[in-house]
Amino acid sequence: MVMLVVAFVSFSLFNFVGDPINNMVGEETSDEERAELRETLGLMDPIHVQFTRFIINASKGEFGISYQLRRPVSELIIERLPATIELVLISALIALVSGTLLGVYTGIKRKGFLSDFILAVSLLGVSLPTFVIGILFIYLFAVILGVLPSFGRGEVVELGFWSTGFLTISGLKAIILPSVTLSLFQMTYIIRLVRAEMMEILQTDYIKFARARGINEKSINYKHALKNGLIPVITIAGINIGTLIAFSIITETVFQWPGMGFLFIQAVQFVDIPIMSAYLVFIAFVFVMINFIVDILYYFIDPRIRVKGDSASG
Amino acid sequence: MKYGYFIKILLAFFLAFAPTQAFAKTIKWSMQGDSLTLDPHAQNEGPTTQVSRQVYEALVTRGLDMKIGPQLATEWRTQGPNTWIFKLREDVKFSDGTPFTSEDVVFSILRAKQRTSDFKEYISTVSGVKAVNDYTVEITTSKPNPILLNQLSNIFIMSKKWSEKNFAVMAQNWDAGQETFSATNAMGTGPFKITLREPNTKTVFKRNKKWWGTMKDDKVTEIHLLPIKNAATRVAALLSGEIDVVTDAPVQDLARIKNSPAHKVESTAQMRTIFLGMDQGADKLRTGNTGDNPFKKKAVRQALYQAIDIEAIKKKVMRGLSEPAGIITFPGVNGYTEELDKRLPYDVAAAKKLLADAGYPNGFEVELRCPNDRYVNDEAICTAVVGMLGKIGVKVNLFAQTKSKHFKELKDNQGDFYMLGWGVPTLDSHYVFHYLYESGASWNRVNFSNSDVDAAIRVMEGEVNLDKRNAAIAKAWKIVKDDISYLPLHHQVISWAAKKDVNVPIRPNNEPLFRFASFD
Repeated sequence: MVMLVVAFVSFSLFNFVGDPINNMVGEETSDEERAELRETLGLMDPIHVQFTRFIINASKGEFGISYQLRRPVSELIIERLPATIELVLISALIALVSGTLLGVYTGIKRKGFLSDFILAVSLLGVSLPTFVIGILFIYLFAVILGVLPSFGRGEVVELGFWSTGFLTISGLKAIILPSVTLSLFQMTYIIRLVRAEMMEILQTDYIKFARARGINEKSINYKHALKNGLIPVITIAGINIGTLIAFSIITETVFQWPGMGFLFIQAVQFVDIPIMSAYLVFIAFVFVMINFIVDILYYFIDPRIRVKGDSASG
Repeated sequence: MKYGYFIKILLAFFLAFAPTQAFAKTIKWSMQGDSLTLDPHAQNEGPTTQVSRQVYEALVTRGLDMKIGPQLATEWRTQGPNTWIFKLREDVKFSDGTPFTSEDVVFSILRAKQRTSDFKEYISTVSGVKAVNDYTVEITTSKPNPILLNQLSNIFIMSKKWSEKNFAVMAQNWDAGQETFSATNAMGTGPFKITLREPNTKTVFKRNKKWWGTMKDDKVTEIHLLPIKNAATRVAALLSGEIDVVTDAPVQDLARIKNSPAHKVESTAQMRTIFLGMDQGADKLRTGNTGDNPFKKKAVRQALYQAIDIEAIKKKVMRGLSEPAGIITFPGVNGYTEELDKRLPYDVAAAKKLLADAGYPNGFEVELRCPNDRYVNDEAICTAVVGMLGKIGVKVNLFAQTKSKHFKELKDNQGDFYMLGWGVPTLDSHYVFHYLYESGASWNRVNFSNSDVDAAIRVMEGEVNLDKRNAAIAKAWKIVKDDISYLPLHHQVISWAAKKDVNVPIRPNNEPLFRFASFD
């Protein structure tokens, strides 16, 4: 249902993005030839006919042929998928690990120069737009220091249909800047979330009891407190993977990262309707799936939900 | 400890021998887009031709001076008005070793005329081509064609044998999304061959050892094309040394590149003129307030012309990178003269008077349509024009939008007043008249119509006597310039940026020729 609505909304939006014909032909093409091309692409049919055709084909996994690149859209997306997934996974990892660690630190040491500093920098992370951060990073690490590449994916290794950048040094170097750029926003989010959770949990009775029992601080902080503090983080992180994919549009454009977001931006500029619709439907699908998985995970991670469910059934 | 020494010695060796590697050098080239297909007849499009031109050659070609000269043909002559004889080079081999003969020329020209080729319209007047002997080709045209050489300079010659072996006898059908061997592989007679092709990521050109010509600099052994879409990233990659030459350096970054001690910027007038069109055909402006169409009066058009301070646009909007234009064509095009390219003076008082004399002392209102992602600073130019015309009382409402909507609506004849740019790939004035001035022409959205100009266009199409033909071109330019059918603004300037020690000569058609590249 959600998918159908997304498909419809995105489809109706395309009526406002412009005419692909002029991008597809040279300026010397006659008006008759333009009309003919428009006819062959099915752009002359009424909207509801176009939409029905789109839904029928999409349910079969066919999204047509890209106007710009003249290749099947499903093939293009599969080709670009590995780059985006690798980027998103690495940045999710960076965001989760460093976000949690920094969050715990600032949660425990509430006052202190380093905590204030981390929070101030993280504030910058949320307020600066991704492309500004990306370009700042490029100038700092590529132009001034010259240690990391400013664009591209480096050398990739083909493993079946999956092309990976993880197996070469240039590939690993190339992923650092884009993934850090992409992760900053999420990291900030997680820092703040973990910090709030930790501060709240450290006030609770069972922590006080644990302290009274003489358990050492480290064990209290990381074993008892963090465990409970992580539950909402995992929920949020799951949903945020979807957001990361969406945000990656900008990061990929800045770093010339050959992923799906980059494909989408190019499609928008060209009015490449088949790619745009397939991408939006795909993203909707990812969001629906992630929400579904998170709901299920919730059940396993949070014992309270299980207890409630059991008592209701019994 | 022992190992430590060993590594140090190894490192020292590396460093000592590293400079000898520098003899063979790679030029890393970047631009916004990439070639769409390697099939040389499937797409007539900028970056596609730029890539193909390094690998494929044509019968004749434009050199650094943009003049037509011999390439695979050494000489040519006409035999009667419709027949051309071309003598071919005899020492040419394709990069796979097969000798080049007239069979390949006949094959390639016929291939470019096939239904699936994007050049079929382009050389539609070529009616026959046959091999007289191994090194002579005869081309016949359906009517006298004065610009045949221009057209042939863009028809690349493929190997008949190679195409047959790889099922590439037909040009790739781009519109149907066909995938062919020729779309992902290239094999020509040119100075380079393509050894790696990852669309939109990386294309590697290596020297073709069998090439008949001589490189300007033998040290240039490899070219890597690495397209980067985002302008800021492209400049950063250049400044950080990952890229050697950028053939579309963005205007806003030129100053910064120039400030870098290791880089340089070159600029030249591009083959594109930016102008404004005013619909003179409509009885009433769609977006006007006077109930009639002021643009029908020449005095009004001239008033608008003289109210535009083009030098201010050049200085403030274009940062010096534009050449004010008097006609919609540029140096290098047949028919262009400096005299024609002179503008009427900028004169607000005269403009006001003209407007008052024409019956609009209080000006009028009109909408100006502009693209905002097509030409260099397009929207900013329009904004400047709005302010300038406001000074003579013409209230212009700016409507700027993306090119895919702008051109569509222009084609649907929705614009009273609009911006357009025009390039001339054939380098002949006919291309301008045929599309912008001929009655009912596809881009003639000002609805200009003049029987003398139409007659002159007929002469341009059929007259092989160059003097008579050039006289017709000159006459047509005079008529349309005096009529002020369009408001010419400026010729765009393009800039290439490169490392100081890498020389790739800039060309007005934005097409690099790496056989002329060199290192300091």
